[in-house]
Amino acid sequence: MSEQTWSARQTATWKSKTGLAEMLKGGVIMDVVTPEQARIAEDAGAAAVMALERVPADIRKDGGVARMSDPDMIEGIQKAVTIPVMAKCRIGHITEARILETMDIDFIDESEVLTPADDRYHIWKEDFRVPFVCGCRNLGEALRRIGEGAAMIRTKGEAGTGDILEAVRHMRTLKEDIALIQALPKETLMTRAKELGAPFHLLQEVAATGRLPVPNFSAGGVATPADAALMMELGAEAVFVGSGVFKSENPEKRARAIVDAVTFYNDPGKLRDISRSLGGAMTGIGMDELAPELRIAGRGW
Amino acid sequence: MAVGILALQGGFDAHRKTVESLGFEAFSVRSAEELERAERLIIPGGESTVMTRLLRRFGLLTLLRERIAAGMPVFGTCAGMILLSSGVAGSDQETLGAIDIEVARNAYGRQSESFETPLNWGDRVLSALFIRAPRITCRGKGVEVLVSFEDAPVLVRQGSCLAASFHPELTGYKGVHRYFLNEMDSEPRTNEE
Repeated sequence: MSEQTWSARQTATWKSKTGLAEMLKGGVIMDVVTPEQARIAEDAGAAAVMALERVPADIRKDGGVARMSDPDMIEGIQKAVTIPVMAKCRIGHITEARILETMDIDFIDESEVLTPADDRYHIWKEDFRVPFVCGCRNLGEALRRIGEGAAMIRTKGEAGTGDILEAVRHMRTLKEDIALIQALPKETLMTRAKELGAPFHLLQEVAATGRLPVPNFSAGGVATPADAALMMELGAEAVFVGSGVFKSENPEKRARAIVDAVTFYNDPGKLRDISRSLGGAMTGIGMDELAPELRIAGRGW
Repeated sequence: MAVGILALQGGFDAHRKTVESLGFEAFSVRSAEELERAERLIIPGGESTVMTRLLRRFGLLTLLRERIAAGMPVFGTCAGMILLSSGVAGSDQETLGAIDIEVARNAYGRQSESFETPLNWGDRVLSALFIRAPRITCRGKGVEVLVSFEDAPVLVRQGSCLAASFHPELTGYKGVHRYFLNEMDSEPRTNEE
């Protein structure tokens, strides 16, 4: 068995993929649906934007099948900003991902927010030049996606709700899973790998390093600067904000405040001032009002 | 020696690990007090637009200019190079003007064109990882070129300021950091302009 960790054996392509994720750390990635919103996000200090046709709150409201966005719409946003542009494809939809790759998208999100195209398999992401980000609810799910080639992981939360509960639950679970395997003797690792459904070689690396082999961001439910700072406090390395910005009363102000809050997440005095007079947050849906069949975090295998 | 890593946004984590692995103390710089404490400063990659906005909004831009003018050694990678430059081609983006170079943003292409290549630095060979990298389009005669790739300089120095288009903090090659930490002295600016 090689002495090197799995990460150390990866190729230059893998390094440049996870390298871009490294550059997004301490930043905010915002969902935008128009070039105008993309410019607002960039001016506010977003580290990247996610181009999509409908934010998760609207996908929930409208129902129906949510698919990859129109290439024209994505290209409009690419032309509007200089920061990286991400776009979503459906879970398992190899062809949508191939189309996005031809458009020089900076990151593809194989996302549970869209309606899954495959109820058993995800995309083999290693085959692509473009890096992928995928959602997870626990360590096993994170390591399965990394095993398939994801260069960034985000905990899922429950998109489009404005309720931070699930985001916290998923981040806590991931951190506890990691702490547990670090605390246990090595003869337990194989059984843990079986229980978590995690690739063994990746679990070994996590046991040795105490962290995922790729950057770990947070998503799903961030509506306020304090929400974003909380996720950083719990160990997120950057934050995705979907509906939270453009479904609020004053998107410019709120976008800037969330960017500031992620940088100064451990400075409560600054966070107090950052949180002042932002206008109303998105109304949101409490998790206790959301029927189990309407929850999307469970999509992903 | 206390090495500050500007940690407003971007690749600060990997720089901190590299600096620590060379036996130096590294700490995050997000406030004026932290910036005052830094004897040397690294400005990481990330999004230069985000970093500039946060520097301005939290009152660090003027202090940073003063510290650089007073000779604090600074090392910028990728977006950090953009911040240290005297301007961005085709844009009015605000920069620090610490190194007399003009840069073009994302000039090596989007993410799918990101690449790693070996480059010669004197008799050394370093591995350079370019990620949506800025390209130096012109430079003043006071700028020393340490490493070039194709027809553009990619590692340059002017006085106590060092800048790289690529990411030495992500490849495990520590020579550029070693050079910055061991071989660059404080050189206060003489105001020739």
